[in-house]
Amino acid sequence: MHDVLVIGGGNAALCAALTAREAGARVLLLEASPREWRGGNSQHTRNLRCMHDAPQDVLVDAYPEEEFWQDLLKVTGGNTDERLARLVIRASSTCRDWMRRHGVRFQPSLAGTLHLSRTNAFFMGGGKALVNAYYRSAENLGVDIRYDSPVDRLEIQDGRFVAACVGRERIEARACVLAAGGFESNREWLREAWGQNERGEWPADNFIIRGTRFNQGVLLKHMTAQGADIIGDPTQAHCVAIDARAPLYDGGIVTRVDAVSLGVMVNRDAVRFYDEGEDFWPKRYAIWGRLVALQPGQIGYCIIDSKAVGRFMPPVFPGVKAGTLPELARKLELDEATFMRTLNDYNAACRVGSFDHTVLDDCHTEGLTPPKTHWARPIDQAPFYGYALRPGVTFTYLGLKTDARARVHFGGEPSDNLFVAGEMMAGNVLGRGYTAGVGMSIGTAFGRIAGTQAARAALKEDAHAIA
Amino acid sequence: MQSLDALTRQAVALANGAAATAEVSRQMQICNACRYCETFCAVFPAMTRRLEFGAGDAHYLANLCHNCGACLHACQYAPPHEFAVNVPRAMAQVRQETYTEYAWPRAFGALYRRNGVTVALATAAGLALFLVLALAMRGTLLHEPLAGNFYAVFPHSLMAWMFGAAFGWAVLALAIGGVRFWRGQSPGPVTPAAAGEATRHALALTYLDGGHGDGCNESDDRFTLLRRRFHHLTFYGFMLCFASTCVATLYHYALGLPAPYALTSLPVVLGTVGGLGLLAGPAGLLWLNMRRHPLQGDPRQRPMDRAFIVLLFATSLTGLALLALRDTGVMALLLAVHLGTVMALFLTLPYGKFAHAVYRVAALLKWAIERRQPNRLQLGAD
Ligand SMILES: Cc1cc2nc3c(=O)[nH]c(=O)nc-3n(C[C@H](O)[C@H](O)[C@H](O)COP(=O)(O)OP(=O)(O)OC[C@H]3O[C@@H](n4cnc5c(N)ncnc54)[C@H](O)[C@@H]3O)c2cc1C
Ligand code: SF4
Ligand code: SF4
Repeated sequence: MHDVLVIGGGNAALCAALTAREAGARVLLLEASPREWRGGNSQHTRNLRCMHDAPQDVLVDAYPEEEFWQDLLKVTGGNTDERLARLVIRASSTCRDWMRRHGVRFQPSLAGTLHLSRTNAFFMGGGKALVNAYYRSAENLGVDIRYDSPVDRLEIQDGRFVAACVGRERIEARACVLAAGGFESNREWLREAWGQNERGEWPADNFIIRGTRFNQGVLLKHMTAQGADIIGDPTQAHCVAIDARAPLYDGGIVTRVDAVSLGVMVNRDAVRFYDEGEDFWPKRYAIWGRLVALQPGQIGYCIIDSKAVGRFMPPVFPGVKAGTLPELARKLELDEATFMRTLNDYNAACRVGSFDHTVLDDCHTEGLTPPKTHWARPIDQAPFYGYALRPGVTFTYLGLKTDARARVHFGGEPSDNLFVAGEMMAGNVLGRGYTAGVGMSIGTAFGRIAGTQAARAALKEDAHAIA
Repeated sequence: MQSLDALTRQAVALANGAAATAEVSRQMQICNACRYCETFCAVFPAMTRRLEFGAGDAHYLANLCHNCGACLHACQYAPPHEFAVNVPRAMAQVRQETYTEYAWPRAFGALYRRNGVTVALATAAGLALFLVLALAMRGTLLHEPLAGNFYAVFPHSLMAWMFGAAFGWAVLALAIGGVRFWRGQSPGPVTPAAAGEATRHALALTYLDGGHGDGCNESDDRFTLLRRRFHHLTFYGFMLCFASTCVATLYHYALGLPAPYALTSLPVVLGTVGGLGLLAGPAGLLWLNMRRHPLQGDPRQRPMDRAFIVLLFATSLTGLALLALRDTGVMALLLAVHLGTVMALFLTLPYGKFAHAVYRVAALLKWAIERRQPNRLQLGAD
């Protein structure tokens, strides 16, 4: 029998498995996916948010605890547990050396396209390289790993973990860490959560999942049924607007279209519906998924002209290109007359000052609803481009309630050998909203806590058994 | 003339399947939207200076790629993902296209696709046999020990003439290829700083360190410095052997000191040390090549890669054997075999794996120049 069973195969699970093994436990990790798809959403990540009081290896400047906390408070609107949040923040300042020891490499800070080298440490090669490094290290340390092993239920007695079941197989262990991600890949559940709108549509049917297809939320459902304490709201998810041509799963980072703030967004009825220039794109990026989800047919069209080309991250699919705006409307199958009215109204309302995409500039619209408050320039220089966008779900927030020892709770009582980490409990810290890189910070902090605690629980039990 | 040149090149490219460049272009479009591999090597920062990837860009980026494999294992879009991104393979295929397309004489470009261990070994064996026969006919194949006096077998002037011509041919063919490649690119003026940087990266094989110093990938996602080390052994071994030949030539003509040289003499020491490097390096490279991850690189080019490696190894092996047995009766035989091998190496140099050195250095130089120029894209604004 193994001491610690880790369920999941992403960042949180690997951190737990590695720490439990380092603490001397015999560890078995069960990953639902085949080997080629291992790593869940973690394989698509790019960086983790780190607190630091002074420039530190790959991080420039300082990002003190208080600032990190304020950022988190702002994006969550207070929907966070301060104690757990601060725990994550502090852990984020010291985890990099541990990560390096397990083979994770970071990019030197780049004068790149993202102004994030102050707050975020970037994985060299991205999340898949990180996941590979952790798996290598786990194998070297003697962690047993099984792919193609989706756990469908747990045996729990009086709040204690007894065994996990993969189909007909029953796997016992002294302690267990749940790190099987959210339920974003479960389209049925998303459909149920989002329900039917006033137009009679099921919005979630038009959602695209940005990450893995293996986060089906089976264990979240199962744990709810077993009476575990749940936190968060199933309709809350990180949802961005992505290219409508993206694959249903695993489109990852490349399907985002960064051009929204440079042009206008219209819906299926060819009318605008939100201020595209409200704030910098990284800050506003995450609101567009929900905005598009609320539009008819859950689709939006980003329209730019050639002045914008070369000013935003190149999208993975080429835009629909046209020599004139009416032609673009026809190619996008939008009502030409309404489209032209929308664009003409917008163009006429633009008050162009000095355009500068690096600051909240003074280019804005006047007398237009909704307004475009910055970077408003007429869309008038051929060729024109249009990108159809759909809501892309990054991850869900519903999870298991936990505490500073990562314990799963039943009716307010903590379990002594069942722990949780990563997306499955991220809602405790991030009840709403999102700030780049915090998902990995939570998973790394809680993965390591859960691993340590699980090893301790298992080895203590071992000592009892011997005595 | 210029446009005719371009036209021919296009035609050749089409015949060779412009599919390879189209594939690089497709994959670079994905990478450019992703950029997670930004710090592995020079390909990615060079890519971010572009929004589109024409044939010229594909050739440039393909030759900047050192086939280290890091971006394959790190790629979230690698097969079985439907995006099927495999940058090292796509780049390898375009590299071969580069060699073929810019080859001189152009008709010889096709050799890149027929170059294999068999061809190389056959060439070597054929040449060796030819020499052996020539000697046998003269009745000098087996002989009394000649105390290492090679010139008793082949007159020095004959050897100098033959190998000078073969080597000159190789240099000329490679130089023309390099110039043709360079003409398709317009990186701007070569500055000393850029030239220095390109040389440093070429000599140190910077981009085989993985960007983090742990090395590159071979059979799996583990990093190893072995390829870089074996490559260094091969290259510097070759250079020492070359230096040995140069010194010997100098001794012969400038100092009037003809071979054989003592074991402790400069040419022999250089040749021996170089020869040992040229044994260990290629052997290691061959071993790695056999174990490389099946997705990495272009498996169809393995015969070409291996042919070159084997020829290098054979050159060194026959050379060292010749040195060891130069005082015996088989010296002439060994000399013939060694010379045949070296001749095969020189003749196939411009039409085999060695070409990568020329194009890679050119691409590194272009990157060193380009990197110093302002980036016209303003993607960072958002
Ligand atoms: C495109 C994209 C980009 C992102 N970028 C970033 C970023 O740059 N920085 C950041 O901090 N966050 C980012 N995130 C969020 C981040 O991915 C998550 O916060 C983080 O990966 C969660 O880690 P995890 O280990 O909890 O879950 P996952 O990495 O999703 O792992 C869950 C694992 O559980 C397995 N599993 C599921 N069900 C079962 C079962 N029943 N039995 C066994 N195994 C099961 C899955 O196969 C998977 O391996 C991004 C997300 C996406 C989709
Ligand atoms: S190789 Fe893959 S992970 Fe790397 S930059 Fe390209 S698409 Fe991204
Ligand atoms: S294989 Fe290595 S050298 Fe080639 S592009 Fe990928 S990371 Fe760069």
